[in-house]
Amino acid sequence: MAPSKISLCGVTKSFGSKQVLRGIDLEVAMGESMVVIGGSGTGKSVLLKCILGLMQPDDGSIKVDGVETVDLGDHGRSQVMRKFGMLFQGGALFDSLRVWENVAFGPIQSDGMPPAKARDVAIAKLGNVGLGPEIGELFPAELSGGMQKRVALARAIAREPEIIFFDEPTTGLDPIMADVINDLIVKCVSDLGATAVSITHDMASARKIGHRIGMLHEGRLVWQGPVADIDRSGNAYVDQFIRGRAEGPIQMQVRKL
Amino acid sequence: MSVPLVTLLGRVTLAFLEAIGSVSAFALQAIRCALQPPWYRKQIVHQIMEIGYYSLPVVGLTAIFTGMVLALQSYTGFARFSAESAIPNVVVVSLTRELGPVLAALMVAGRVGAAMAAEIGTMRVTEQIDALTTLSTNPYKYLVVPRLIAAVITLPILVLLADIIGVLGGFLVGVYKLDFNDAAYLRNTLDFLQFQDVFSGLVKAAVFGFLIALMGCYHGYTSKGGAQGVGMATTSAVVSASMLILTFNYFITEAFFAL
Repeated sequence: MAPSKISLCGVTKSFGSKQVLRGIDLEVAMGESMVVIGGSGTGKSVLLKCILGLMQPDDGSIKVDGVETVDLGDHGRSQVMRKFGMLFQGGALFDSLRVWENVAFGPIQSDGMPPAKARDVAIAKLGNVGLGPEIGELFPAELSGGMQKRVALARAIAREPEIIFFDEPTTGLDPIMADVINDLIVKCVSDLGATAVSITHDMASARKIGHRIGMLHEGRLVWQGPVADIDRSGNAYVDQFIRGRAEGPIQMQVRKL
Repeated sequence: MSVPLVTLLGRVTLAFLEAIGSVSAFALQAIRCALQPPWYRKQIVHQIMEIGYYSLPVVGLTAIFTGMVLALQSYTGFARFSAESAIPNVVVVSLTRELGPVLAALMVAGRVGAAMAAEIGTMRVTEQIDALTTLSTNPYKYLVVPRLIAAVITLPILVLLADIIGVLGGFLVGVYKLDFNDAAYLRNTLDFLQFQDVFSGLVKAAVFGFLIALMGCYHGYTSKGGAQGVGMATTSAVVSASMLILTFNYFITEAFFAL
């Protein structure tokens, strides 16, 4: 078995009296694509932000390549961040910069690459996600949702990271564009040989981009296993979720009118 | 009845102290980042243009009309005591010590502080600040420090220009409306002006610039929610910067001119 790239042990996180993560244990092997599924508000985004260091967990351990990342200083965090790429749910493209400048941002600002060379890298990465060089001159506001997602993917892979995070990569896209994005994610992760962690509630996406799936419910991972086993998990929470049924152990908090 | 009142008072006091602590921690982190490389020079130059160059029309208009009104009002008051000759002195001292820095800073707080809070607040709620972090770029260094440095550099320059334009406004009213001799007006202006008058105004301007940028960045950076959160951040940035400008104005004045 491949060594662990990311390792979480007993990770907890609360906001006031609301406990969002209640002791997460998770191992993601090198080169593996792990997908975390779960309903809205179950703590998926918080889990991702804790691994990325955008949020500080209250307790527990998060290791990347065997190195503890909780409580890292600025320099150490910057070193770890160099390994990461992230595709945000809304794209999070910088409005004031052109598309190519968005893609080249990491190479220029963080790696000190000369702008002319970084521009060539950006155009190449845009090509990898199926966008022509002319798109590079536009501003993010001039692009459709699907194109923004592709640009965000190009930015996430521009520095050829070892680990890529995908936050709801297909949310807000039509089914065809969602499948295009899924294909691009599989291709980019495979080309880079990267480890991937995705969070989604789109089962078609989870089945396509993941090697393994974990189900998060009320701050706990209630099931983990290979994608092939998801339909015979024997877990009532997973069964209800993947079949999209209102009846089952997961109760939605709906206020009566 | 008195217990709920005490509880309320306690909550307000705690919230106030928490806010002071939070702003202080933000300011210290920003200063720490400002003292260490890398410095984003392109961002600093861009902010100098945004804060300084584009604020010039509004600050200039404020200054010229303030100088004109000051001359006119002083005349109507001083004429009762036959002290009209003191008008150039009153105009220049009032402008350089108080009205130039305070009014220019309030104008810039309204224009620039609000824009900073709205821009950074929008970046916060659309996860652009998180994206900066994932691209190994410190958001304090990239967003906050250039704005602080630019504001501290440009506010004194703006105030110096406001002083000159304001004195010109007083001069125009004095000479063309109140029939002062132009050479005598200028001589009176320069004879009574001291280095400390201008210097204290410039020190105030630098401090006010820091406060405007700090409040704009802090409220934008800590904004939550969507459009409503950004709107609240914008309002809070302008109100808090204006209050701090008026408060610090008193203490700096006392430090320079207390008997």
